[in-house]
Amino acid sequence: MLDLADLSSGYGETQVLHGLTLRAEPGRVLAILGRNGAGKSTTLKTIMGLLPAKGGSVSFDGKTISGMTPFDIAKLGIAYVPETRDIFRSLSVRENLDLAARRFACPDGGWTVARVIELFPRLGERLNNGGDQLSGGEAQMLAIARGLLMNPRLLILDEPTEGLAPIIVKLIHDKLADLKHQGLSMVLVEQNFGFATSLADDVVVVSRGQVVWQGSPAAIRANKEVQHRWLGV
Amino acid sequence: MSTDLGFWVLQMLNALQLSMLLFLLSVGLTVIFGLMHFVNLAHGSLYAFGAYVAASLSGAFGYWGGFVLAPLAVAALGAVLYFTLIRSMRRAGPMAQVLVTFGLIFVAVDATRLIWGDLPMGSAVPKTFEGQLALLGVQYPIYRLFIIGLGLTVLAALTLVLSRTQIGAMIRAGVDNDQMAACLGINVERMFMSVFVLGCALAGLAGAVAAPVLSVTPDMGLQILIPTLIVIVIGGLGSLKGAVVGSLIFGFVQTFGAVLLPTLNSVLIYALLAAVLVIRPEGLLPAKG
Ligand SMILES: Nc1ncnc2c1ncn2[C@@H]1O[C@H](COP(=O)(O)OP(=O)(O)O)[C@@H](O)[C@H]1O
Ligand SMILES: [Mg+2]
Repeated sequence: MLDLADLSSGYGETQVLHGLTLRAEPGRVLAILGRNGAGKSTTLKTIMGLLPAKGGSVSFDGKTISGMTPFDIAKLGIAYVPETRDIFRSLSVRENLDLAARRFACPDGGWTVARVIELFPRLGERLNNGGDQLSGGEAQMLAIARGLLMNPRLLILDEPTEGLAPIIVKLIHDKLADLKHQGLSMVLVEQNFGFATSLADDVVVVSRGQVVWQGSPAAIRANKEVQHRWLGV
Repeated sequence: MSTDLGFWVLQMLNALQLSMLLFLLSVGLTVIFGLMHFVNLAHGSLYAFGAYVAASLSGAFGYWGGFVLAPLAVAALGAVLYFTLIRSMRRAGPMAQVLVTFGLIFVAVDATRLIWGDLPMGSAVPKTFEGQLALLGVQYPIYRLFIIGLGLTVLAALTLVLSRTQIGAMIRAGVDNDQMAACLGINVERMFMSVFVLGCALAGLAGAVAAPVLSVTPDMGLQILIPTLIVIVIGGLGSLKGAVVGSLIFGFVQTFGAVLLPTLNSVLIYALLAAVLVIRPEGLLPAKG
């Protein structure tokens, strides 16, 4: 459903991705693993059109999306939950949710504000709080909820567990597992090896802007050498 | 004389009137900056253009004709500017933007000279607002009260739109983080254009209402530019509240400085600006926390 072919990208003069190729399949969860600085976040930003592709291409359902604006890419059905969460600080929690809900309402069985609050009851208690008054866990729940309200065909998450307490990590894990069983396609970037491999259907490992290994979660869990060499586990 | 209540009332009203005029100018400039990270130094020239259009139309269409048409004309000019220059310069970096929009000021000054000549133009106060009103023991021109009222009305309307509507939430989101706003399916390019054009219209409105109280000259845009920039720097870039507070501070310091400390008046506001920059470099009420 999402194809990155020989993708090159970076920041100004600094090239970070050097011909990265990977594919995310519909209805499956693809985990992208790799050490700090490997280029995982850069990959996601390039998919979203936040960074220009300098070479190669990104395509979504067979349609080339590299070169399109983040606005057009979002409209095509890709929701992005960034590493920094990027909750709008000047907006209340309710306004943060409404922003996505109004634009992507989906008449039958889509995500609604009521449903995401059912998923994360904590957000229901925080509706009138400002976006700058949330704990890290709440901000992460809001960022995921906001992504779901876009009723996306593909949800992209960048390190959703970073900096969260174990109990919140467990909660996020269970919610993402529910979403996976409902058939939502996801791309998940993670440092937390156990978290990622327990959710993923497919795994790719990235190092220095290239894919250096791919396989199944079971295969990488069994492969100490790959873990040691590319992930430093 | 400074013990006389009437004196204080009069100066307060003068200060408020100046503040409201500055508010109409600075609010557009600051929100445009907050959203687009773009400083349009030619914003004052749009104000001058508004004043000229209003003054020259008031002959044929009366004051209210100018009052309505000047903002529309300036908005149209703003749209042309946006599509020809501003949009393609958004990623050009601050230095190029400053140079180009600074250059535009001189283009605008010469263009107004060519069209309207060098002599100051005047325009009359509308019939409805002629004369003076007795207020707390002073006689005050009704037209100047109208300017204060108009400023407060625009402030109330903008506050309502920004804080209570979906469009307002979109704009606040765009000021916070335009890239994330785009990733949530907000058409930020269209929003930039609309806000830019609306900011231009408000500058045109400021010019139209200022025309009867100031003399309309080619350099009026340049003269108002520095006060407007001081307002948004003191208030904090990108925020409506900052524009309000900055305008009030500038209006009051300028007005009371002129009558109470005439010898120091020209440096007073700069001293204040310097103090704000040292103590709170991001301004008093910046949009980003
Ligand atoms: N804004 C930036 N400007 C310049 N270089 C950056 C920027 N962000 C990240 N980098 C560099 O790009 C490389 C990859 O970063 P990133 O994709 O964030 O890694 P990961 O998400 O895998 O930890 C790193 O070497 C990092 O220093
Ligand atoms: Mg990262």
